[in-house]
Amino acid sequence: MDILIYGIINSFSLALMAIGFTLVYGISRIPNFAHGALYVITGFLVWSLVHLLKLNYVVSIILALLIMGLVGAAIYRFVLIRVRGMATSEIIATYALGLAVLEFLRWGGFKGMTYTLPVFIEGSIVIGGIPVDLQRVIVIAIGIVVVTFMWLFTHFNKIGLALRGMAQDEHAAMMLGIDSDRMAVIAMAMGSMLAGIAAITLLPLGNIVVEAGYNVLILSIAVCIVGGLGSWVGAILAAFMIGFLQIITVAYIQSHFHMVVALLVIIATLILKPSGLFGRQKELEERV
Amino acid sequence: MDKNPGTAERRKERLDRGIKVRTEGIYAISSWQEVSYLVLPRLILIVGLLLLPFLMPSLYWNRVISIVGIYALLALGFDFLAHYVGLVSLGGSFFIGVGGYIAAILNKSFGLSPLFTIPIATLSGAIICTLLLLPALPLRGVYFAIVTLMYPLVLFRIIEALNILGGTDGILGVASFPNTWVEQYLILSIIILALFGLRRLVNEDIGLVFRGVKDNDQAVRASGLSITLYKAIAVFITSALGCLGGAYFVHIYMVAGISLFALDYSVIPIAATVIGGGGTLVGPLLGCFILVPISELLRAFGTLRIVFYSVILLAFIMFRSEGIMVYAQRKYHQFERWVKV
Repeated sequence: MDILIYGIINSFSLALMAIGFTLVYGISRIPNFAHGALYVITGFLVWSLVHLLKLNYVVSIILALLIMGLVGAAIYRFVLIRVRGMATSEIIATYALGLAVLEFLRWGGFKGMTYTLPVFIEGSIVIGGIPVDLQRVIVIAIGIVVVTFMWLFTHFNKIGLALRGMAQDEHAAMMLGIDSDRMAVIAMAMGSMLAGIAAITLLPLGNIVVEAGYNVLILSIAVCIVGGLGSWVGAILAAFMIGFLQIITVAYIQSHFHMVVALLVIIATLILKPSGLFGRQKELEERV
Repeated sequence: MDKNPGTAERRKERLDRGIKVRTEGIYAISSWQEVSYLVLPRLILIVGLLLLPFLMPSLYWNRVISIVGIYALLALGFDFLAHYVGLVSLGGSFFIGVGGYIAAILNKSFGLSPLFTIPIATLSGAIICTLLLLPALPLRGVYFAIVTLMYPLVLFRIIEALNILGGTDGILGVASFPNTWVEQYLILSIIILALFGLRRLVNEDIGLVFRGVKDNDQAVRASGLSITLYKAIAVFITSALGCLGGAYFVHIYMVAGISLFALDYSVIPIAATVIGGGGTLVGPLLGCFILVPISELLRAFGTLRIVFYSVILLAFIMFRSEGIMVYAQRKYHQFERWVKV
């Protein structure tokens, strides 16, 4: 029973982390290695708004999300647009950006136990005989809301449909009058906001630490590869698979192997079915 | 451009110098001028490298030269892999870590001297790295970058969590080199060999196949060659260079710890390659000789150094992605003039 409940919670947290990465990759084919950095920045942003500017918690969350959206758009508009299409440069640019941010925060002294965000609602409820604190229930709720919203957005909204068009065939989309760069800016802004939402939902469960940036990056990459890079349905299913595998490993083997699971799952996927569970990538394109 | 009035009717034309064309064939030996045009840049590099230990005799700078050498090996490997085979490796520290730990274990547990541990660590480390990276090789795209990014981060955590291989303290008391002269000339001669060896390699038939893998893998496949095999050979070469650097590092610092998986080893080679000029193989070397001494001077700033590199790297890749060496080679081989359109 614990495995079921904590597995579901863990799966939703993974889905939240990964959805932003997979959105950006699916649409602009840019592997955003700065995803983890965006996640951590949001945490520090909310923390500083609450503690330094003494703003209301809700107000600062909304403000932080808006800022993250702008940051994401700015990253695409000023950095990535210049290296678009050059695969090597794209990888190096986002990697350098992510490292610069994370190591700057580390240097700035953001480490240790002092930086925490308050939980949304205190208290816990008992599900099937196991006490679960409310923040973890909220993780599930927000996970469901975000996933449903993304589904609705990409199926019933003009911008969402344009994004999906871009993801399927960029040239055809451009012929139909969809501005490729504008869509990529929107995708990057939404990707950063999704990283921000994940951060705001998950960080109250622990401390804000710089290492989280690397962990989140690894986990979201693992989820995306297992689900098939760029496939949203696959990413969510993969989140469940990895989420339960992790919880089972922690319960029956050892909690240290938590991260190793992610690596092993990636390697296994690459060997067995490189396009992932729901590879929209078309196997022919990826496998040489 | 704005300083030249009427740029609309004029454009810059670039032409190869006559001497460059003359030195391409057998006529290179027709006069001393042509011979020196070819030999001089190479001679300056080799003699410069070999004189370095004399020019910088203090113990501190000797150590810096050795460190530059390790980074230069990684950067050479990165440049070779990224610009000749099309695989972007974000995990230089993975190679350093594997090579370093193997050398340390061989030295401490089996009592082998550096004379044996370094070659064994290089070869076995390269085999291990190639095998571990093998799953990502049959695939195109970002998979190789992702997998190389993950290995050092995960290995770091495994060693830390399981407390194996000396845990966070590392393996202490590894044997050192007899003296600093051996230490420095070893790495300098290895760099020179690696540089000229790789340059020869990429101009051989196999180099053509490597570039084929990068630019048009289907053509390579249509010629009946296995892409995975050639990628594996390239990864083997790169990881051998990295593992050699790692083994050497362990012997000069006499310790192998989880700091072998530090991010510096992944970022600096990339930054050095981008600054020095990707695809030239000499460029990364130059980049290391610029960046690493600066890094030593900035040691007091801790992780801010990584920020510094990342920002330089970002700036170069956005605005000056050709790098120093490509620019210098262009100036050396070509002249420019304005022509009317």
